[in-house]
Amino acid sequence: MAQLLTVSASPHIHTKRTVAGCMRHVTIALLPAAACALYFFGIGALIVIATSIAACAATEYIINRWMLRRPSTLADGSAILTGLLLAFNLPSNLPVWAVIIGSVVAIGIGKMAFGGLGCNIWNPALVGRVFLLISFPVQMTSWPLPLVNRSEYFDAVTGATTLGILKLGEADSASIDILASATGAIGGSLGEVSAIALLIGFIYLLCMKVITWHIPVSILGTVALFTLCIGGNLAVELLSGGLMLGACFMATDYVTSPMSKKGMLIFGVMIGLITVIIRRWGAYPEGVSFAILLMNGFVPLIDRYIKPRKFGERRSKS
Amino acid sequence: MSPVIIAIIVLGTTGIAGAVILYAVAKKFYVNEDPRIALIEELLPGANCGGCGRSGCHDFACACAAASSLDNLVCPGAGTEVMTKIGDIVGLAPSTAKAKIAVLHCNGSCANRPVTSTYDGAKSCAILGNLYIGASDCAYGCLGQGDCVASCRWNAIHMDPLTGLPVIDSELCTGCGACTAVCPRHIIELRDKGPKGRRVWVACANKERGALALKECKAACIGCSKCRKICPHDAITVENNLSYIDSSKCKLCRKCEAVCPTGSIIDSGFPLTLKEMEALAATRHQQK
Amino acid sequence: MSHTFHKGGVHPPENKITASCHIIEVELPREVVVTFSQHIGAMAVCCRSKGEHVKRGDLIAKASGFVSANVHTPISGTVTRLDKWKTAFGYAADTVTIVADDEDHAGDMASIAGRETLRTAKEVASLSDKDIVEIIDNAGIVGLGGAAFPTKVKLSPPSGMNADMLLINGVECEPYLTNDHALMLAAPQKILDGIKLLMKAAGTDRAVIGIERNKDDAIKLFEKLTTGDPSISVAALDVKYPQGSEKQLIKAVTGREVPSGALPIAAGVIVHNVATAYAVYEAVYLGKPLIERIITVTGPSVKRPGNYNVPIGMNIADLVDIAGGVPADTGKIILGGPMMGRAVVSLDAPTIKGVSGILMLPYDKSHRDAVQPCIRCAACVDACPMGLEPYRLATLSRHKMWDEAEDDKIINCIECGCCSYSCPSSRPILDYIRLGKTTVGSIIRDRQSKK
Repeated sequence: MAQLLTVSASPHIHTKRTVAGCMRHVTIALLPAAACALYFFGIGALIVIATSIAACAATEYIINRWMLRRPSTLADGSAILTGLLLAFNLPSNLPVWAVIIGSVVAIGIGKMAFGGLGCNIWNPALVGRVFLLISFPVQMTSWPLPLVNRSEYFDAVTGATTLGILKLGEADSASIDILASATGAIGGSLGEVSAIALLIGFIYLLCMKVITWHIPVSILGTVALFTLCIGGNLAVELLSGGLMLGACFMATDYVTSPMSKKGMLIFGVMIGLITVIIRRWGAYPEGVSFAILLMNGFVPLIDRYIKPRKFGERRSKS
Repeated sequence: MSPVIIAIIVLGTTGIAGAVILYAVAKKFYVNEDPRIALIEELLPGANCGGCGRSGCHDFACACAAASSLDNLVCPGAGTEVMTKIGDIVGLAPSTAKAKIAVLHCNGSCANRPVTSTYDGAKSCAILGNLYIGASDCAYGCLGQGDCVASCRWNAIHMDPLTGLPVIDSELCTGCGACTAVCPRHIIELRDKGPKGRRVWVACANKERGALALKECKAACIGCSKCRKICPHDAITVENNLSYIDSSKCKLCRKCEAVCPTGSIIDSGFPLTLKEMEALAATRHQQK
Repeated sequence: MSHTFHKGGVHPPENKITASCHIIEVELPREVVVTFSQHIGAMAVCCRSKGEHVKRGDLIAKASGFVSANVHTPISGTVTRLDKWKTAFGYAADTVTIVADDEDHAGDMASIAGRETLRTAKEVASLSDKDIVEIIDNAGIVGLGGAAFPTKVKLSPPSGMNADMLLINGVECEPYLTNDHALMLAAPQKILDGIKLLMKAAGTDRAVIGIERNKDDAIKLFEKLTTGDPSISVAALDVKYPQGSEKQLIKAVTGREVPSGALPIAAGVIVHNVATAYAVYEAVYLGKPLIERIITVTGPSVKRPGNYNVPIGMNIADLVDIAGGVPADTGKIILGGPMMGRAVVSLDAPTIKGVSGILMLPYDKSHRDAVQPCIRCAACVDACPMGLEPYRLATLSRHKMWDEAEDDKIINCIECGCCSYSCPSSRPILDYIRLGKTTVGSIIRDRQSKK
């Protein structure tokens, strides 16, 4: 033998799945929605997405190398994914400086302050978004209209989102174009508009076994049921706002969601309830981000008390 | 009524009500504690290392306050000065037990012990030891994964990348014994720190017969008994092919060290001899 | 009806290189080293002295206690040494070295059964269940699936517990290994005879042979042989690791769940490996103790991979030489399969009863990937067939939080390796759980002994 034998404990083989691979799958799953964003919002979407990804990656690199003095963790792809998700949650005419502030907050406070990948309690992209929403409400709630603004970045024509219109009571839900909501030809954050593109990505993730159905289905199911109970318009509630993006991509973030299947269902149901409550009775027209962040905070508690059923234990101890 | 006044009334009432409840609870559940305990605890290092044999610094302080003699109560982390102060507080004489320090009974550096395999797993001596013999043929020596380093609350141990062995810093080591408990091979011993920090010990734990031990490690104790025969103070015993120096009898003459054929007896705290200094200078020069 | 267990499990690449290989008889070596601790439980006590002459199949070391097993010699010869010998993992173990001279060697090669103690079918039929257990005990038979648990202990359940079913484990869910498969194809009738003996010993009238669907030929063969015999049936199971684990196999075949912390007998089932059934056959019909077993020698670049019938005690290096030697690119050698086997540090060690395979992995497949932070993806939770939370147990062990680990049932871990296998961050989850399981186990034993 030319070399020394290696000794380690079993198992001696390992799955091909890697962290970078998971991140790559999620990024691929977001591509259809990104394409829709570019189609509907044009140059503005491109600038915001590019800035966000670059700023997130740069923030992580700088914090790792200069502040924490440890190797760069860019290779795992999580910073790029966070950048992409953050951009999806921003309007396409958001000034570059605001995008950079959001990225720095997302990575710096949302992720690296907790110790980096895997340690954060709240979804970094949502931390960035909510920070921007509270700090710069005007810029964050002026939504460029789709299609007409493709070549405009600074002087985009803006309008309200579907949920905003409903909140203000300017229109009743029956008059809203469901088809436009599904394809994405509506105002809103650049990545959240096209429900169909997001669903394609979700199905891709399910097929690649990156995520399970539990969280998205329980969120969407709860929103649907609760909306029916309080007499809202089902299609509008499901298709508009950040619900699809939130349910399929933000709430399913590994780090900030529960570990057990039962826990995931509880997590999803609570997000659904809080979302509808905020939308219906809250001050904001949209509540998915807040709902997810709130429930992120409950994840350690859920994991503490909701455990998978152990083999050989009775289903209930009563 | 203006909203400001309403706000003041509501908040003020809440605050007063809260204060009353807190006061009542604090009175009701007040624990009567010896005031000396707090004083002692302030003097202690607060590392909760357990080196005193108690479950933490607070427990040690309670024990001191309740003790009738400080003979068995020594905080290894605090040193004699602090123990004297604690003695003053409780009105007792501090213990006169000798200061202890951790020493490693292994000198199986990469140069001394041929490496026979590569370990590729969780960085833990306990896991490695359960799995197999380790990266050398010696079943007694250091496993080199640094469980002792992780256990030390005083930052007194670090791994030497050149030898692959832990190095114990005599300045920082308090003799709390956390490393001796955690080492799966039990090769770290608490010994008397010795006068002026000088001590001599056998840096080997190999109990194999001489030839086999030597095959496993060039610096192994082969149980030849030369040290036992030469020791003028009867401090050395040889059992299971392994020599041991009793630190209470050792007078630090270092005759054993000179006679050891494998160099497994080593010392610490002695000033360098001229020869050693020259050797050190030569290696420094080479490194440059 | 379900054809596998539901909770957890993984699908590692099967790599059964030697699946179609017949069993190759290994020529008896001139020297064997017999170790005393080849099983779970108390070490056997040597009953031979230096210079003594022993015949093939003679007792070398006697079981010392209820959970222990006899050890026999696979060759005739003279006891030349009684000393410590380093095992494949580097630690020294007590051994006996037996060296044959020419006459012994020739004699051994001539006698296949080893002994003139054949029993006729009639004699076998007249044996009572106690007789069979005694023969198994004397023959030193242990579970040949890998754990090497003394077979007679499983056949002597605590009073008040009775098995209504005997489950024969022909699953062989470990990648690479094909020793049970080869045996099932080579000696199905003998295995069935052994199963009948085990049924009698266990006092059950029903036996099921569980075989995974990747061994279609074996399933068909046993189905053919058991038609017309209502007491023995074959369960074809979907491929999934770790189906060969007792509890998972019972769940897959019967749907019963062994209660947490209990033995399989609590679910009314006794599980034995096919190779164990074959060893029982040999012990009862031929009077041959457990001195040989089939070992799969395999690996992507091994010259002559195959299933070898090996005298237990033969030097591992000699066996590997027969299979074409250690390939030049080897970086890791494993006793057993890649999921649960143990990596060795040296091949100059004797084979023991529990070794089911020798796997030589090339250098580029011998190392773990760099450890990354846990991203809480729950892959380990999903993969754990025992319904545990491996990520949490590993963290608790690392921080020495033994009480919490005990509450979370770290003891239930079967060390199947699904968690470490499935972790995308390549974290050494099982390394830490194993440490915690050992520690918590001894804490519990201490507590019980104090009571």
